[in-house]
Amino acid sequence: MEKKSNLQVLLNGIIKENPTLVLILGTCPTLAVTTSAQNGIGMGIATLFVLTCSNFVISLLKRVISDKIRIPAYIVIIAGFVTVVQLLIQAFAPEIDKSLGVFLPLITVNCIVLGRAEMFASKNKISASVMDGIGMGIGFTLALFCMGTIREILGTGAYFGIQLIPQAIEPMAIFKLAPGGFFVFGILIACVNKFSKNKPAKKRNGCAGCPSAAACAKASEGGC
Amino acid sequence: MNKLIVQASPHIRGPKSTSSVMRDVIIALVPAIIASSIIFGLQALLLICVCIISSVLFEFLYRKITKQDNTIGDLSAVVTGILLAFNLPVTLPIWMAVIGCFVAIVIVKQLFGGIGQNFANPAIMGRIVLLASFATPMTSWVLPSVEGGKISLVAGATPLADGAQIPSYLDMFLGLRGGCLGETCVLALLIGGIYLVARKIITPTAPLAFFATVVVFSLFTNQDPIMQLMSGGVMLGAIFMATDYTTTPTTELGKLIFGIGCGFITMMIRGYGAYPEGVSFAILLMNILTPHIDNLTRTVPFGAKKGGKK
Repeated sequence: MEKKSNLQVLLNGIIKENPTLVLILGTCPTLAVTTSAQNGIGMGIATLFVLTCSNFVISLLKRVISDKIRIPAYIVIIAGFVTVVQLLIQAFAPEIDKSLGVFLPLITVNCIVLGRAEMFASKNKISASVMDGIGMGIGFTLALFCMGTIREILGTGAYFGIQLIPQAIEPMAIFKLAPGGFFVFGILIACVNKFSKNKPAKKRNGCAGCPSAAACAKASEGGC
Repeated sequence: MNKLIVQASPHIRGPKSTSSVMRDVIIALVPAIIASSIIFGLQALLLICVCIISSVLFEFLYRKITKQDNTIGDLSAVVTGILLAFNLPVTLPIWMAVIGCFVAIVIVKQLFGGIGQNFANPAIMGRIVLLASFATPMTSWVLPSVEGGKISLVAGATPLADGAQIPSYLDMFLGLRGGCLGETCVLALLIGGIYLVARKIITPTAPLAFFATVVVFSLFTNQDPIMQLMSGGVMLGAIFMATDYTTTPTTELGKLIFGIGCGFITMMIRGYGAYPEGVSFAILLMNILTPHIDNLTRTVPFGAKKGGKK
């Protein structure tokens, strides 16, 4: 892996390797909680916090953790921070806790958090890992915010409680449902591919063309 | 011409082109357009025109904006517009129909690469998105009834809804029942279907398999097979949508499987699902299975061994 400055690492997570729209990680919370922009931001910031802290601790302990039991060790660290976040949100923003529901504790097994621990934090310096966590977290938050915005405006006609589309016009309920989430997700990914400079190489089949190849156990076995 | 030929050789070059095929499909749809205008009044004709115009316009604008060559001349957008309008209740607000056309043409057809590239029938997808979005307007039917030689419309349920009054077979055959505007008149749809078969635009395999499955399923579950066949969207779906070139299998065996699958899923949804009608979902699900059906039923070139070298 080429050396990158900390700033590059930070920007990398926001745009070039946006975890949701380019790496296609964390799809489950992305589709589930983005029915409103507020939920999207709440989920994004909770993940940002967990990601940054867990990247920091895992990078700190990367020589201590035995390779054989690294996944359980990562999970324990991540689960610890998720508990902290959950208690904080329950105390200070109970409404967000209510609307995020089970997806808040499920950050523990969010592929972005575990993926970055495996792909980045366990191989890089502490400062770079923290920057990676912040960058990925911001990228995730932005993606969720975009999806939440589109789905909330089209699905309810309102935005942060303000009625944008007159109530006489019925909003499209499909955007609040799972199929609408998939539609918005797919179209956002298509837009990112269209406008990003590094277009996905069509010729690269198999694991070479897969952005998650570094974290995928099956990549070394020759494919999914 | 860069065409992908999936049948085994020999190949015969014919005079048919996309636009001539689509023109025949439009001609086949004319009886149903006339019937729906008589049954549901001018509002039906208006809805059909709006759907055609907005479908063509969306296709034109998308190709223009993305700087691709214009494809509205192949008339496929016109067919999509008519079929989508046929899947809407006559009381639907016009702007909702326009959204349906946008979904069908831009999202389902053009984003996947235009004609021949879409994995699902655009009109079906347009209808399903509208159904999931605007559940109440999409299921408010008007019931046509003949009084003193004139047809009047009253609000009512489709014959498939629980506890709904079931019209006589003759009324159903002529289309005097609640439903989407193009699906009610069985007579007009059958005329269109026979025209398409006679012109060799479609083969009757998929529609007949669809009908047969519905009949067999209703006999096994003690339902009235004729009523099941003539209600809902079975006729429209089987004749005009289960025979779409892009989204259904290419081989005759594949079409048979496709038709049986459509019939089975339709009856399962009607009998045991939450929705009273399942034709559109059935066709969509079978659309998704089409590449696999094609793979399983690929024809073998003359002289080649089955299951031989890949």
